[in-house]
Amino acid sequence: MGIDSIKSYMSELLKKGQREDGRKIFDYRKIEVEVNPLARACGSARVRIGETEVLVGVKMDVTKPYPDSPDDGTLMVNAELIPLANPDFEPGPPSPQSVELARVVDRGIRESGAIDTAKLCITPKEKVWTVFIDIYPMNDDGNLLDAAALGAIVALKHAYIPKYDEKEEKVLYKELTKEKLPLTCLPVMTTFGKLDGNVFLDASRREEKSYDGRLSIATLENGAISAMQKGEAGTFTEKEVFELLGTAIEKGKELRGLIKKV
Amino acid sequence: MGGKFGAPDKMIIGGKRLDGRKPDELRPITIKAGVIPSADGSAEITQGETKIVVAVYGPREVFPKHMSIADRACVECRYDMASFSTPERSRPGMSRRSTEISKIMAEALMPAIYLEKYPKTKIDIYVEVTNANAGTRCAAITAASVALADAGIEMRDMVVAVASGKVDGKLVLDMFEIEDNFGSADLPLAYMLRKGEITLLQMDGELTKEEIQELVEMNIEACKKIYAMQKKALQDKYSVEKKAMPDAGEENGN
Repeated sequence: MGIDSIKSYMSELLKKGQREDGRKIFDYRKIEVEVNPLARACGSARVRIGETEVLVGVKMDVTKPYPDSPDDGTLMVNAELIPLANPDFEPGPPSPQSVELARVVDRGIRESGAIDTAKLCITPKEKVWTVFIDIYPMNDDGNLLDAAALGAIVALKHAYIPKYDEKEEKVLYKELTKEKLPLTCLPVMTTFGKLDGNVFLDASRREEKSYDGRLSIATLENGAISAMQKGEAGTFTEKEVFELLGTAIEKGKELRGLIKKV
Repeated sequence: MGGKFGAPDKMIIGGKRLDGRKPDELRPITIKAGVIPSADGSAEITQGETKIVVAVYGPREVFPKHMSIADRACVECRYDMASFSTPERSRPGMSRRSTEISKIMAEALMPAIYLEKYPKTKIDIYVEVTNANAGTRCAAITAASVALADAGIEMRDMVVAVASGKVDGKLVLDMFEIEDNFGSADLPLAYMLRKGEITLLQMDGELTKEEIQELVEMNIEACKKIYAMQKKALQDKYSVEKKAMPDAGEENGN
């Protein structure tokens, strides 16, 4: 079947409020969250949304702070779209897609102030903790964004700060303290697709190949929104955006429920 | 985000902003079409102190060939900041930020272009920020639309873009650098007026659903004003050429 016939088939289904895998318009696939599957990371998570699987690891290191925020720890988010996860991913320098993925996850966390960076200061102007979040999809069956964002916040929530030997100025990477990485809130991402004017949640890879555009919305438990990003060449109307903000806040509660359970 | 190093105590005093504007007032904007003779289309925009040049090349042959699409044109955008465009020299070449902006800019402009009229070709949009003072991605989209039209590429509509955000707890339009650095939220939006479609939407910071609605509406109102300037830029260029036409005709006649 060519992409156009798949597209018109999906469009027909969506018009009737259906999806090819039997889901309703605003249903997530089954979400599974595994906490700290990786022993070498400070914190980690494996998130499955249907057949999409993402591994997120948090590592920490001591670095010099940025001159404009001398008392704050820093955050770095990186995504490696490794060719193992999707036949369309190619080896080589970071693709625009991987840069966008990492930066959207970064903004959802950074802009919400979820990481209490003031508590990550060791010596003002000299030494602060940098939190590295690395995202590795293991299987891409669509909606890497929500899976990565969920994995990132779960990994952060269960991360412990490594020991730091102040005399030797060395991080003892293999020894984690009992001190948890300080978090203030739980931002989660919900991503909607749009195909022929029909809006839906959590696109599978087949749906992603057909959809015109997507809109990601990061929400917090207080009902605020901390990041948005429209992606791909499709468009959204004002009315659609306003309605999706409400849906994102509701769906965010579901996702946060999952985080609190694990 | 308040209390950041170097932040002014107050950014809105007596209902006015530090540069004297009202909350919903745009910075002065000038747009000029056709500034790069080598390009198929080009435009320059100044928005406050932000200054950007955009060149469009194409539709032209696709290289490498495997990128060509059988039934439509592909669009590639390269957003680049000149090393002298920022307070501290920025490293030349593409940063991760530039890579992301290039991607979403192309995606914001593609809905406006009749891509199916130019199969197997490529349209390159080159953006150079020569002076950065906030709002560069939006100003670049506004200018790129003019450059695409200047290149004679068939379009459904112009794409207009502007950012708004939250500064000192107030919702404001078109932030300049200080507001952008020390404000608490930023919402860039690109819009096609005729169809009422949003082609770029980003947000970072912390806002309520209602604040987002208000900002989106404020952006769209401002887009209407910028749209008129885009049209005028094209009229200015082509009406001048029209005046020059009779001379050219006489020469041919002789």
